[in-house]
Amino acid sequence: MISARGIVKRFGDFIALDDVSVDVPTGSLTALLGPSGSGKSTLLRVIAGLEQPDAGEVSLDGEDVTRRPPQSRGVGFVFQHYAAFKHLTVWDNVAFGLTIRRRPRREIEQRVSELLDLVQLTGLAKRYPAQLSGGQRQRMGLARALAVDPTVLLLDEPFGALDARVRKELRLWLRRLHDETHTTTVIVTHDQEEAMEVADRVVVMNGGRVEQTAPPRELYDHPANEFVMSFVGPVNRLGDTFIRPHDVELLLEPNGSTQETMVQRLVHLGFEVRVELVRDDGETLSAQLTREQVEALELQSGQIVYVRPTRQTVFSD
Amino acid sequence: MAANAEALSAAPAARRSLAPGLSIGLSTVYLSVIVLLPLAALGWKAHGWGAVSTPQATAALKLTLGLSLVVALVNAVAGTAIAWTLVRDRFAGQGLVNALVDLPFALPTIVAGLTLLALYGPKSPVGINAAFTRWGLLLALLFVTLPFVVRTVQPVLFELDRELEDAAASLGAGRFTTFLRIIFPSILPAVLSGAALAFARAVGEFGAVVLMSGNLPFKTEVVSVYVFGRLESGDSGGAAAASVVILLTSFGVLLAIGALRRWVTRHDR
Amino acid sequence: MTAKYALRFASLGYLALLLVAPLGFIFWRTFEHGVGPVWAAVTTPDALHALKVTLVLTAIAVPANTIFGVLCALAIVRHRYPGSGIVNAVVDLPLALSPVVVGLALLLLYGRGGWLGGHGIVFALPGMVLATIFVSLPFVVREVVPVLREIGTEQEQAAATLGASALQTFRRVTWPAIRWATAYGVVLTTARALGEFGAVSVVSGRLAGQTESLTLYVQDRYQSFDTTGAYAAAVVLALLAMATLLLMTRLRPKEGIQ
Repeated sequence: MISARGIVKRFGDFIALDDVSVDVPTGSLTALLGPSGSGKSTLLRVIAGLEQPDAGEVSLDGEDVTRRPPQSRGVGFVFQHYAAFKHLTVWDNVAFGLTIRRRPRREIEQRVSELLDLVQLTGLAKRYPAQLSGGQRQRMGLARALAVDPTVLLLDEPFGALDARVRKELRLWLRRLHDETHTTTVIVTHDQEEAMEVADRVVVMNGGRVEQTAPPRELYDHPANEFVMSFVGPVNRLGDTFIRPHDVELLLEPNGSTQETMVQRLVHLGFEVRVELVRDDGETLSAQLTREQVEALELQSGQIVYVRPTRQTVFSD
Repeated sequence: MAANAEALSAAPAARRSLAPGLSIGLSTVYLSVIVLLPLAALGWKAHGWGAVSTPQATAALKLTLGLSLVVALVNAVAGTAIAWTLVRDRFAGQGLVNALVDLPFALPTIVAGLTLLALYGPKSPVGINAAFTRWGLLLALLFVTLPFVVRTVQPVLFELDRELEDAAASLGAGRFTTFLRIIFPSILPAVLSGAALAFARAVGEFGAVVLMSGNLPFKTEVVSVYVFGRLESGDSGGAAAASVVILLTSFGVLLAIGALRRWVTRHDR
Repeated sequence: MTAKYALRFASLGYLALLLVAPLGFIFWRTFEHGVGPVWAAVTTPDALHALKVTLVLTAIAVPANTIFGVLCALAIVRHRYPGSGIVNAVVDLPLALSPVVVGLALLLLYGRGGWLGGHGIVFALPGMVLATIFVSLPFVVREVVPVLREIGTEQEQAAATLGASALQTFRRVTWPAIRWATAYGVVLTTARALGEFGAVSVVSGRLAGQTESLTLYVQDRYQSFDTTGAYAAAVVLALLAMATLLLMTRLRPKEGIQ
């Protein structure tokens, strides 16, 4: 169980963390989600001990570790750009934590083989990081962090430097790994899709503060404020009302509360179609329909349709 | 329209093709006349190989190579320390110290020798008289080779990814272990390059040592001074022979250091 | 934490004892009795002549090596031709050779009995010029080559597609990119030329008042037990060196300190 209370961190005049408190339940996979500059990486580094907070405490399993160096916190850290030890082989990289603790050779050999199997890098043990792909390097980074049996695993935008397909693969793979090992894990990401897909709980951060902490579904269905709602998914804003594109119903005839709009553009994204609409007063809207729905309505660019929300949200300050 | 475009591209092409010929041709001629021709004459006129195996010549060779290796080693350590202080530390006047490191590059070697002799020679105000000793030679050589390792290590240290040190810390490595296992291997190639440059410079140094050494054969006579001496005695053939020997020997050492450096960076390929 | 201070103390101490103290001491010793004797020592006919010789050598070697340096760098980087690797290595040779060996080679080539001998080159100014050019040859090339490599050919190719001739491309695209590297190389070349001792010593015959550069003059005075004269000339050279150092610091490609 990780507990961060009242964390404040400044870099010169810039306030990276403004009285942030976060709890991470044992065995869960929690995502810190937010845009660049939201403080999520800083918070992760404070938990790891790579940064010292100006105020606040960090506890791991009830113990106050705020003043402890990273070496003795028992955290595993995985870096966005891998931080691979270039001059060591894959094997020696993974074995590093054990080697410096002077574990017996037999133990190291067994543990490293196990981990290399786990991350599917067995055949590459004698290679150097320069000879690996980005995805392979990051799997190595993960194996390296896991080698010393950390109580907590921290990942700082681990898939940020990889291309889209590899990112998706590794995301799933990480989730499966977590389901097997149940290590308390915190992952920092700016990709809401990643957070929603992978995490049990998501902490949404913005400008050094926590906006909302909730499981992905609740975050999506019951966002605490405008920022969270727009960050975790696409949203239409009409004045004070927020409507998800898939909650926009399209009708060919006006019907009571419907509004008149014109179809500007149809964007076909595989199975879904994004319909870009514009109102008389120039306000734009986007609706998300399936292919069938679009065909059934025989939608075309320039066509007049009538819309109404099946669901809408208003935030009270 | 098409005709114009053709005319436009044809003329510059013709003019452009002169440029490579000009720069290659001129620079090759210049290099040949200035550098290669004299060196060819050196190789050709080197004779009196018997003179090279005299006890005096051998002593000069051994002394030079020995001193230069020691100098390379001392610089490897001191240069790295100084580079560290300039990159990782922070104190007032750091910029001045950084500029100072280049002083041996800018200062004439004879002046370097003279200043060392003034402070650490016969009229030394602190009572240290290193003139006519091997310590004096060492001092002079350390002076002129100071910048080499510092300047090769500095950029590498500067570019070093701090995340690597964070990673090592998160895996439990203390500061010393991190230095030994992570930082040092990363800067080792640069240290070797710098040490090689320092070695090469030390082998050939003349101006800084000529006053300090006193030319005592078997004691403080380095090869450059020995060659000069042969020349003064009119034995230019013998001087040339000794020059060729020291050139080949130091070339061999440099090749060895280069091979070591390549082996150390084998993981980068 | 103490490790940090110990290291700082050790590094700065090393520099102080090796570099700063000797130099500071010689300045102190030289001006111990005021500027008068120093000025007198430095304005003797021999001293002034030596200074003139040094300046002439530098004034010839630096422009020659600068033009060569830029041309050679262009040749090596832009026009990869068979042998450009060898040229690169040959350019570095003067850095690896002992100055005495350089002087010797010149002596053997241009001296009496040499292949190009008997034309009054050695034991005279021309020989000293050749020696100075030899030893200060590499610097402009070595500074310009990496910059040329780094900026790549795209801009030059763009200029060509826009109709620029080779000269125009050089003047408007290449030169602006390499001029600071060239300037830095020029400063290094100048420092080397001013300070040259060994090669010039061998080649010149060291005839006072005729073929003595200022560096040779320093040795000459010291060996004649005229320490005042030697120190005074050394101080002039040291001041020139510090001016060079200042320029080096200003023009140095930025890297390496906090």
